[in-house]
Amino acid sequence: MKHSVLTRSLLWVYAGLVAFVLIAPTAVVIPLSFTDKASLNFPPAGWSLRWYENFFQDPAWMSAFGNSVLVAVVVAALATAVGTAASVGLQKWTRRRAAKSLQALLLAPIVVPAIILAIGVYAIFLQAQMLGTFAGFVLAHTVLAVPFVVVSVTAALAGFDQRLATAAASLGANRWTTFLKVTLPGILPGVVSGALFAFVTSFDEVVLSIFIKSPYLETLPVKMYASVTRDTDPTIAAAATMIMLLTTVIIAVGLLSMRRRKNV
Amino acid sequence: MSVSLKDPVRQAGQARRTGGAAAASGRRPLRLSPVLLLLPALALMAGVFAYPLAEAMWRSVAYPAPGPQNYQWFAADAGNWAVLGRTLWVALLSAAICLVLAYPYAYFMVISGPKLRAALMVIVLIPFWTSLMIRSFAWIILLQDNGLVNGLLAVLGLGPFELIRNTTGVLVGMVQVLLPFMVLPLYASMNNVDLRLMQASSSLGARPFVSFTRIFMPLAMPGVVSGSLLVFIQALGFYITPALLGSPAEMMISQYIYMQVNGQLQWGRGSVLGVILLVATLALLGLLALLMKKSKRAAGDEGGLL
Repeated sequence: MKHSVLTRSLLWVYAGLVAFVLIAPTAVVIPLSFTDKASLNFPPAGWSLRWYENFFQDPAWMSAFGNSVLVAVVVAALATAVGTAASVGLQKWTRRRAAKSLQALLLAPIVVPAIILAIGVYAIFLQAQMLGTFAGFVLAHTVLAVPFVVVSVTAALAGFDQRLATAAASLGANRWTTFLKVTLPGILPGVVSGALFAFVTSFDEVVLSIFIKSPYLETLPVKMYASVTRDTDPTIAAAATMIMLLTTVIIAVGLLSMRRRKNV
Repeated sequence: MSVSLKDPVRQAGQARRTGGAAAASGRRPLRLSPVLLLLPALALMAGVFAYPLAEAMWRSVAYPAPGPQNYQWFAADAGNWAVLGRTLWVALLSAAICLVLAYPYAYFMVISGPKLRAALMVIVLIPFWTSLMIRSFAWIILLQDNGLVNGLLAVLGLGPFELIRNTTGVLVGMVQVLLPFMVLPLYASMNNVDLRLMQASSSLGARPFVSFTRIFMPLAMPGVVSGSLLVFIQALGFYITPALLGSPAEMMISQYIYMQVNGQLQWGRGSVLGVILLVATLALLGLLALLMKKSKRAAGDEGGLL
């Protein structure tokens, strides 16, 4: 299909504007984090590193940051283990119809609005005295992260040649060896991207976290949420910039490691 | 890919046994191992997903006392209907604006060369790994009364406008977050359209505009429908963006739920609102699944949208 130069240029400009709206607005937090005034005015009049200093010297920000990283690492490990096992189990299940509905159940946390799950989890944790506990955060975030692991591992398994596993078994490998030495290397890109998604899901989670936090234990997004709604403190811009940097590095490392594996 | 078995000799005897057992159990309808593999995930879903949801639903008829009073409260109060109506309206507007922005974008992706197309795809995917919190915060900076947007408008002699703490702010924030969910199904659907059909129609004398509206648009319709539904469904349950960019005076249902449960400890009322939101979400998802099944069947094989 040929398009006139005019149509093409118009589309180019339009798509450029849409791309700008998608990407650019978020970038304002980066220059703002270097402002020298205690205001969220943009563009900043002068520059300083005082908000980074503030972030690293304020125990509240630091402990929120530490909690977030710790929770996200544990969630990534747990969700990846649980989700990968479940995906393999679903694939091996011979009753396809039952497997399909079980998969739908495992993916359900993605589609149910977070606020509804949040009030339910809040009610349960309140009774079980799990509000503001590390285990509570890990469990709540893992439920939200497992679907992403299941999606990406299931996709990887679909592209994996099962005959390799059969061959390994026929050559004398037991199930565990077959999985570890044959299946897992084959589906590793899916497992890695599932783990990354799980990490980022937990690291960014706000809605459930607002409900299950306590004054003694909160995560970085919760602290940011409170900061946005309460005060005009640019420390949050410094925090946001570092979070963006961290997630970008994690995603980039993940993508690069996957590419390298492919080349090997 | 390498099939490496470091110590085949040691494992051979044991594995022959396992292999035999597997062959023998192959006929059985259900093997134990898939169940065991699924068990941790199912336990987690039961304990931290199904049980809390059930508890939240249950509270709508059980708190503060058993009975339908919470539903009666919802039906009787005009303010509740206003929140519900506003939520539906904002979700509808979000879907419409996303469609207007995404349609030309997705079309441009389809007609672009592979490199530009990949770049456009990456731009759509980047927001997925940027935190929702940060993006809403960025909009607060840009849209505040003395923010960059109002500054630019002032240069043009316009404004200042109130761009946050109202529905405008909520819409801006939600559209930006939800746009990828419109672009992706649209692109998938448009990419399936055979562009030679448009060539054929123009060789038969149709003007480009006519072959676009009469041939391309109807064929890309499944993407429009599923993208719009997807955006609409997600917009219904949004919490963070309305809470940060909207105002308590123009609440959406999620904010209302938060207020009832966390602010006023009205578990029953909050749960009723939750039930309504959940039912609406599931009904629309059911509709989406149905439409996708239909379009898949109509398209033969790869017509699936997501």
